Amino acid sequence: MGKILVIAEHDGKKLNSATARAVSCAHAIGGDIDIAVFAGDAAAIADAAAKLQHVKRVLKIERAENAHQLAAVLAPQIVKLASGYSHVLIPSTTFGKDVLPRVAALLGVQQVSDVMNVVDATTFVRPMYAGNAIVTVKAPAEPCILATVRTASWQEAGTGGSAEITSASTDAAIPSHTRFVELNAQQSDRPDLQSAPRVVSGGRGVGSKENFEIIYKFADKLGAAVGASRAAVDAGFVPNDLQVGQTGKIIAPDLYVAVGISGAIQHLTGIKDARTIVAINKDPDAPIFQVADIGLVGDLFKILPELEQELDKLK
Amino acid sequence: MKIIVGIKRVVDYSVRVQVKKDGSGVETSGVKMSINPFDEIALEEALRIREKGTQAEVIAVSIGPGDAQQQLRTALAMGADRAILVETADAIQPLMAARIFHELVKRENADLVILGKQAIDDDSNQTGQMLAALWDRPQATFASRVELKEQTLTVTREVDAGLETIAVDLPAVVTTDLRLNTPRFVKMPDIMKAKSKPLATIKLDELGIAAAPTLQAVRFAPPQQRAGGHKVADVPALVAALKDKGVL
Repeated sequence: MGKILVIAEHDGKKLNSATARAVSCAHAIGGDIDIAVFAGDAAAIADAAAKLQHVKRVLKIERAENAHQLAAVLAPQIVKLASGYSHVLIPSTTFGKDVLPRVAALLGVQQVSDVMNVVDATTFVRPMYAGNAIVTVKAPAEPCILATVRTASWQEAGTGGSAEITSASTDAAIPSHTRFVELNAQQSDRPDLQSAPRVVSGGRGVGSKENFEIIYKFADKLGAAVGASRAAVDAGFVPNDLQVGQTGKIIAPDLYVAVGISGAIQHLTGIKDARTIVAINKDPDAPIFQVADIGLVGDLFKILPELEQELDKLK
Repeated sequence: MKIIVGIKRVVDYSVRVQVKKDGSGVETSGVKMSINPFDEIALEEALRIREKGTQAEVIAVSIGPGDAQQQLRTALAMGADRAILVETADAIQPLMAARIFHELVKRENADLVILGKQAIDDDSNQTGQMLAALWDRPQATFASRVELKEQTLTVTREVDAGLETIAVDLPAVVTTDLRLNTPRFVKMPDIMKAKSKPLATIKLDELGIAAAPTLQAVRFAPPQQRAGGHKVADVPALVAALKDKGVL
């Protein structure tokens, strides 16, 4: 049986649901599961973590330096905490991707990135080449296994648990060479792209930042989060945090509507776990139609308003 | 200052990679190879720091087979001052790559290392962070903006929540995201000039680095293909199909 440490992701106030997905991966490995919450004030986050199923203990590591999730600050503390654990897992988000390799190098461990599936406690399945190859890898068990968890491959662990919450501290030295300046977060009332059950994405075909309003409007009608292809982000139509694909967010909504997106492999790798993919594109030969469950060829500026009307009729 | 830039030779981003039938790997023979796109961005950023007036020597480093000289020559044509190839026939995993870069950083006394955030072949996204850890220096990953003022870099990072800005003291490691810059095109005269720039080859064994633990690939498989569906004729048919699937 393993002893698994999951590093919680949060924004300083709330537990990020990606953590619950990492817990599901930990459960598939099997063993006692602890969650570590590094924060300035961890109380509310730890309470949420303690409610996740399968979790045995929640460790709060509270110190002023932990208010911002800087890899250089967290890594030496995780290194100290990791001793005694067979596995350390973290969601494969920008947070986890930043932090865990730094821990791995300090421990002399070759990390496993983006775990999609667990074969056994040391054997994992992960994507390479933008998801064009799926490789099964065996990791050395000693001193421990470090892995980032591809969140789109795992369901969130349920709630209803009641893990013990304890405070922990480490005597790790914290460097001063890295300082947080600011976070410019997009304020939005829309659902979170990473976890939303419905997502509407726009691509180059939308044409401009102004035109993207039609995507927002349609997404609001569906109660969906908004995403975008790399082309749309590069062209400045939308901010970077909306990018879906190999180098952006990997998502698995119930419904994904790709509007004006041709469907480069780098984009498709970000959506292939979606349950239903709808494509709207004026080019009948666009590669997106090869993966879409339902395709509609035509002008998005005509189709979306018409679709909104049809949706109104359903209400 | 000295800036080291990583240049990985990878299967070109436009190639649809095929898994070998026996599951032993992916087909790379006869396939177009290029500089990892994130590494081109890394080199471009180093060149821009130099062109803004900072006294800087830009050193392009690759780890790989002798053929990686092609990618280093391209890096020299883009504007790197010199290049180093750490030659090995083995596939190098991130921890080993970080150890190699760390050794070169010490030998060269580098002030700044700029690497791609990930290589588009193994998609690991680890080497820069690992190098920063071994070097005991800051890391500024997924950079979309870098500003150098004396001995401090202010870096804007593309994170899931938006854009995060951090300040790091040099020496430091930066890894690049897509929107940091648009790499320049190489011009013919620069290709000619690059032929006379220094390109040193060091055998990996000569560096005297302890072998890092590695992940053992058990088997490769193609991804599960989505079945693909059908096209519908109009909006009412689309709504009907969505209702059929129970997603509305």
